[in-house]
Amino acid sequence: MEGYLAREPLWKYQHLAWRAGFGVDRPTLLHWQSMPIKHVVKTLIRQRQSSPSILQTAEGQQLRTQWPSLRGRFLQLTQDEKKQLQKLQREGVKNLNLAWLQEMSTTSDFLREKMALFWHGHFACRVPNVLHNEQMLQVIRENALGNFGDLLVAVSKSPAMLQFLNNQQNRKQHPNENFAREVMELFTMGRGQYTEQDVKEGARAFTGWGFNPQGEFVFRKNLHDDGVKHFLGKTGRFTGDDILQILLEQRATAYHVSEKIYRFLVNDTPDPGQVQQMANWFYDSGYDIATLLEKLFTSDWFYDTRHIGAHIKSPIELMVGMQRTIPVSYRNPNIWLLFQRSLEQVLFYPPNVGGWPGGKSWIDSSSLMLRLRLPQVLYAGSIWNIRPKAMPDEIMDEDMLMQPEMHVDSEQQHIRDYLIHTVGGHMQATVQWDAYLRQFQDIPEEQLPMEIASLLLVNTPQDVDRNRISTYADRSSRERFIQSLTVLLMSTPEYQVC
Amino acid sequence: MLIIHRREFLKVGSLATAAMLVPRFLKAFEQPGMAEGQKVLVIIQLSGGNDGLNTVIPYRNDIYYASRPQLAIPKGQVVGLSDEQGLHPALEGLKELYDNGELAILNNVGYPNPDRSHFRSMDIWQTASDSNQVLTTGWVGRYLDAQCSGCPHPSMQAIEVDDTLSKAMKGNQYTGLAVHDPVQLHQASDDPFFRDILKKPVVDDDHLQVDYLYKVMAETLSSADYLYDQARLHHDDGAYPDTPIGKDMKTVASLILAGLPTRVYYLSLGSFDTHVNQQPQQARLFKQLNDALIAFRNDLKKHNRFQDVMVMTFSEFGRRVSQNASGGTDHGTANCMFLISGGLKRQGILNDPPDLQNLDQGDLRYQIDFKQVYATLLRRWLEADDQQILGRSFPYLDFV
Repeated sequence: MEGYLAREPLWKYQHLAWRAGFGVDRPTLLHWQSMPIKHVVKTLIRQRQSSPSILQTAEGQQLRTQWPSLRGRFLQLTQDEKKQLQKLQREGVKNLNLAWLQEMSTTSDFLREKMALFWHGHFACRVPNVLHNEQMLQVIRENALGNFGDLLVAVSKSPAMLQFLNNQQNRKQHPNENFAREVMELFTMGRGQYTEQDVKEGARAFTGWGFNPQGEFVFRKNLHDDGVKHFLGKTGRFTGDDILQILLEQRATAYHVSEKIYRFLVNDTPDPGQVQQMANWFYDSGYDIATLLEKLFTSDWFYDTRHIGAHIKSPIELMVGMQRTIPVSYRNPNIWLLFQRSLEQVLFYPPNVGGWPGGKSWIDSSSLMLRLRLPQVLYAGSIWNIRPKAMPDEIMDEDMLMQPEMHVDSEQQHIRDYLIHTVGGHMQATVQWDAYLRQFQDIPEEQLPMEIASLLLVNTPQDVDRNRISTYADRSSRERFIQSLTVLLMSTPEYQVC
Repeated sequence: MLIIHRREFLKVGSLATAAMLVPRFLKAFEQPGMAEGQKVLVIIQLSGGNDGLNTVIPYRNDIYYASRPQLAIPKGQVVGLSDEQGLHPALEGLKELYDNGELAILNNVGYPNPDRSHFRSMDIWQTASDSNQVLTTGWVGRYLDAQCSGCPHPSMQAIEVDDTLSKAMKGNQYTGLAVHDPVQLHQASDDPFFRDILKKPVVDDDHLQVDYLYKVMAETLSSADYLYDQARLHHDDGAYPDTPIGKDMKTVASLILAGLPTRVYYLSLGSFDTHVNQQPQQARLFKQLNDALIAFRNDLKKHNRFQDVMVMTFSEFGRRVSQNASGGTDHGTANCMFLISGGLKRQGILNDPPDLQNLDQGDLRYQIDFKQVYATLLRRWLEADDQQILGRSFPYLDFV
């Protein structure tokens, strides 16, 4: 009997949709509402059972084929050949970025991709090699809902991370502490939970960890310090694997990682009591990520009203959320990189080893106004006349900064005419409105503002001054009304949070 | 109470709206915004790693010429300053500043355990972190945090002349304002829809993040209006070169002369990442920098403000002592910095030239930590608490 009577309010499902993913469409939301939340969560958690698609680039494939012939004479490459190689790597990372963005925007396994995005920031890594990036991304996506211990070990043995944190240079005679320090400070226990001596001893245990030219992990025994180490109160001839296991035994690790997940999925400001509860779930499950998420999403406090709208969407969450609501495709997909750069979250280019700090750090006077204008750019052909900062030596060619050829279709033109009078100019885009519009076909016109606001905004539709906003909408037809109202509602500060 | 929290403000009455913040802020500006003689810092970031050894050149040093057979600037072309060092010929205008006591040069500025990655080293310079430390806020941003709890309009305290904001300008509580062109910013923000939604009353106090966004939005729109009016009203000195840095310096001068309360301006020039065929690229950028700096200095002098304005240049690293095989130089370590002002206490070349006999694997050893320069400017120029902002104390230098 309870199942029928205790129908939960829509905003709870909306909250779940945005935190466990990037929002869902109206039919899905209504379908969810016919089930208790814990059933919905169960179906989401089931995503762990499927294998993620494999994201690889043509450039990576080309490198894989060419590699055997290049390997033998790597030092003899001409300037031109080196340049070609770098260009191939850059293009590859760029296309991997776009491929992943596309996957996030279309997959039905959105919980997996959402968590992969989290781990991508947690295990922040910035390397120019497309093959290393492909391998690392696959590791993260495969383990995104799996076991944190497995993920930690796999990431620690990935060529991308070994290279980024200089473990390739960590040798018995000359220990390099970078890897050991970051593993402890950022990936597991967090600052202040260990001594400098622990870092030194840990670094000794990781000596000899490296990768070969094929990008495979190798343990170089002759470079490994096999002496006795004293690490976090334990003593033994520890290897790198032993050190990772000891770190996983620490409750501080469960707390630190849970706090970061809390910031990502619950609230930009952590509540220590709630984080502690997550840490206990996490630790007691043996670091099972899916178990932690299931308990989190079914806990009462996850739906506390103070958590609603308490998270500022990252630029990727914002863009993917819009893409999933109303898909846009550009003839020149590099536009998506222009947006990522302008809003300052470029996949595979975290600002430093600490990842993207998130929360209010996304917002400043310029980024906020860009975010508010993005819907008009995507759906109404407004110009994006922003020149993002250069990324020296890394990856992105200057030519990507150039505005692609401008063109507008009549649909966009019409919407734009009704919206803001901006300087003309547009990117060759195709907007797929059909599915979106269909969702509202049974809604009477006078209820449209409320229904659209409830779909786009989290538990704040009553906060938004719909009457005021509606006066800016195009009433020439029902379709135009829905389109323009949608763009307007997405252009509000309310849409920036979830 | 100078910071008006939107929510408190809204309690005033049912008609009170966020948009009404605008006149209130403007009121604050109408009061003499900038006290007479208030000091201003202008930071110029030379992006990409400028080659310091071909900037301030050790033109009597044989090792310099031996290390750079093609790339060294011939003695005859160097603009001599001291017996040992001189300027790149494209920076010849700075000689007059040097002679007038308006230029100070710091050699060998860097930090322990230098990082040769652009993005990491730039991160270190912009956040003023140690080499093995990751900070999420910038040093100018933390200056805003420390200084602005009583400011009428915090984001106006630090302005970056660009479309987007550098990390250096982002603090925990406050961030600077990015404005590439006041007219363009005004056009972009002068949108009736945006103005109108600011009138929305806040219903729920729990939605702090949304409140924060509305506050930033209101501030941005009012700043855009204010800057637009000021920049338009003010002088039009045609003497600035028609280059990006020339236009940016002109924007800075017009905002300073308009009497804005802004204490820090931030600009960038690049790219100085000269791995290949360095000479023409560096010379071209130096010429732009030189001409913009001279126009800026002349403009401020004419208006009797040059003694209150300090220009500081920096780059994320210098380059290696030896040239590479492509007529360029690769990523190095310590570097020189320029300090340009009519208010210098010590002028000229402030410390020893780089010691080319005592290198660290082909790289210069740093002598001055860049955080000493920041500490000096924060304490003695901006009158701020450098220890709070930088996290610890650094010995001050004596150029101010």
